[in-house]
Amino acid sequence: MRLNPFRSRAFPGDARHWPGLFTATAAFFAYVYLPILILIALSFNENRTVTIWTGFSLDWYRMAFSNRDIVSATTNSLIIASVASVSATTLATLAALRMASNDRFLGKTGINAVFALPITVPEIVPAVATLMFFASLGFTFGLGTVIIGHIVFCIPFAYLPIRARLEGMDPKIGEAAADLYANPVQAFWRVTLPQLVPGILSGLVLAFIISLDDFVTTFFLGGAGSTTLPIYIFGLVRTGVTPEVNAISSLMLLLSLSLVSLSLFLGRDQNRKTGPD
Amino acid sequence: MSRAGKNTLYRILLIGPALLAITIFMIVPLGLMAYISFRGRDYSGGVVWDQFTAEAYVRLFFERELDGTLALNFNYMAIILRSVWLSFLTMVISLAVGLPVAMFMATRDRKWKAVLVFMVTLPFWTNLLVRNYAWILLLRDHGTINSALLWLGIISEPLPLLHNAFAVAVGLTYSFLPFMVLPIYASLEKIDLKLVEASFDLYANRWQTIKRIILPLAYPGIVAGCVLVFVPALGAYITPELLGGGKTLMIGNLIGFQFGAARNWPFGAALGLFLLMLVLTSLWLYARRYRGEMERSP
Repeated sequence: MRLNPFRSRAFPGDARHWPGLFTATAAFFAYVYLPILILIALSFNENRTVTIWTGFSLDWYRMAFSNRDIVSATTNSLIIASVASVSATTLATLAALRMASNDRFLGKTGINAVFALPITVPEIVPAVATLMFFASLGFTFGLGTVIIGHIVFCIPFAYLPIRARLEGMDPKIGEAAADLYANPVQAFWRVTLPQLVPGILSGLVLAFIISLDDFVTTFFLGGAGSTTLPIYIFGLVRTGVTPEVNAISSLMLLLSLSLVSLSLFLGRDQNRKTGPD
Repeated sequence: MSRAGKNTLYRILLIGPALLAITIFMIVPLGLMAYISFRGRDYSGGVVWDQFTAEAYVRLFFERELDGTLALNFNYMAIILRSVWLSFLTMVISLAVGLPVAMFMATRDRKWKAVLVFMVTLPFWTNLLVRNYAWILLLRDHGTINSALLWLGIISEPLPLLHNAFAVAVGLTYSFLPFMVLPIYASLEKIDLKLVEASFDLYANRWQTIKRIILPLAYPGIVAGCVLVFVPALGAYITPELLGGGKTLMIGNLIGFQFGAARNWPFGAALGLFLLMLVLTSLWLYARRYRGEMERSP
């Protein structure tokens, strides 16, 4: 039996069949996916000791769904992620519409650097800086402060895919619209925007996931009544490992995985299908 | 309105809102942080605004004795050095693991490439906290790894795998590995495999080919990957918090601590500014180096 389907008796100059590459990649994917799979498997374990498998059970999911704290944390997470992702995507779309054009203007590189700032700086730094900023202004910490913090770091996640989509558009289509006597406003609504919608949705979903999964910013900018799922999970994990945590964690994983698949599906390059291979 | 005026107006209306949001709620706070790092400390968890002092920076290296004299204090330096060392270790491990994986991905056909890129990207979008929590389940005294080793009879006592630098290094590598694989893959993907064949035709062996052909071509991706792994690892908060168990603090945790139990905002601000400078310097060095590469290549 051949374990390695990619291996064949090729001559050594063929880099596709070098020894070790397949093994390294298989080990890599095991390292990346096994912990996640073990976590999900253990969430169905009936035993309370968590790591020893004794039998299948949905009890922990039942417990999680009937836990009032978890329900309210989920509600908070969804509120924050919805408001932050929609706001950030709106801001990002407007900016991308202007930034994607080829023309150069003073400060364009600088503006792009500013838009990338929230993902280049380690999250803890802007989180505590904003904490001091809000405290100095006398803001009350809660859902509002968390949402503002989330909008800021969601902007680049929405901006980058939308700008990429705009830059990938064929300028000839816009020119064709102008040739057919469309004025710029008509050309935007009838031609540019419909083409851009998948890019916007893809950016929106990414921003939503990033907000939903956030811990650090929420932790430092949150207050009473703004506990989100990650904050709740963190609290439980610090006191000890319990099967309920496995259940909620697995649900969070599955939610992110389905959302990111949706985003990649929306954002996929449709031109490729028809273009030359 | 003139055409140029209209153009400027559109520019302000479209770019303005996003730019303003980031400026007000990120850049201004970062500036305020720099300012606060030079202010006095209010013990109730605030700032004495009218007092200028460099006490927060002195605190990085010295401890004030009861009689007011300064004594060298290596506690904070140790945490900073540990952060740099652990991030560097994470970067090296990620490079060692990532390079063959990227090489494998780059030599597949188009369909497989898309699948593999998807599989590498996917975990990045799942919850970082949850992914680190999964390692607690694996590394605990009665966790999956220890249970398996005990059952196999390889060990008789559980190994102390959790709450140490080892656990943090594993967690950091786990968190940021895709950032190493993807840029290296992106630069290797463009390699014409005929170059490798040509190298073998000219009697080079595998190691010579890797050294002379593949590494130079993968270089931009390797540098980018190293920066993309090193920078977030340096500012990590969740991983050392969960897997380091209080004894293996990193800069991020030290900063967070100043805004929690320690209530020392100016010191927290000084540490935050220090981390920010460390990150910006790494990025600046990278940008400078990369530009140099671009100019030299034809």
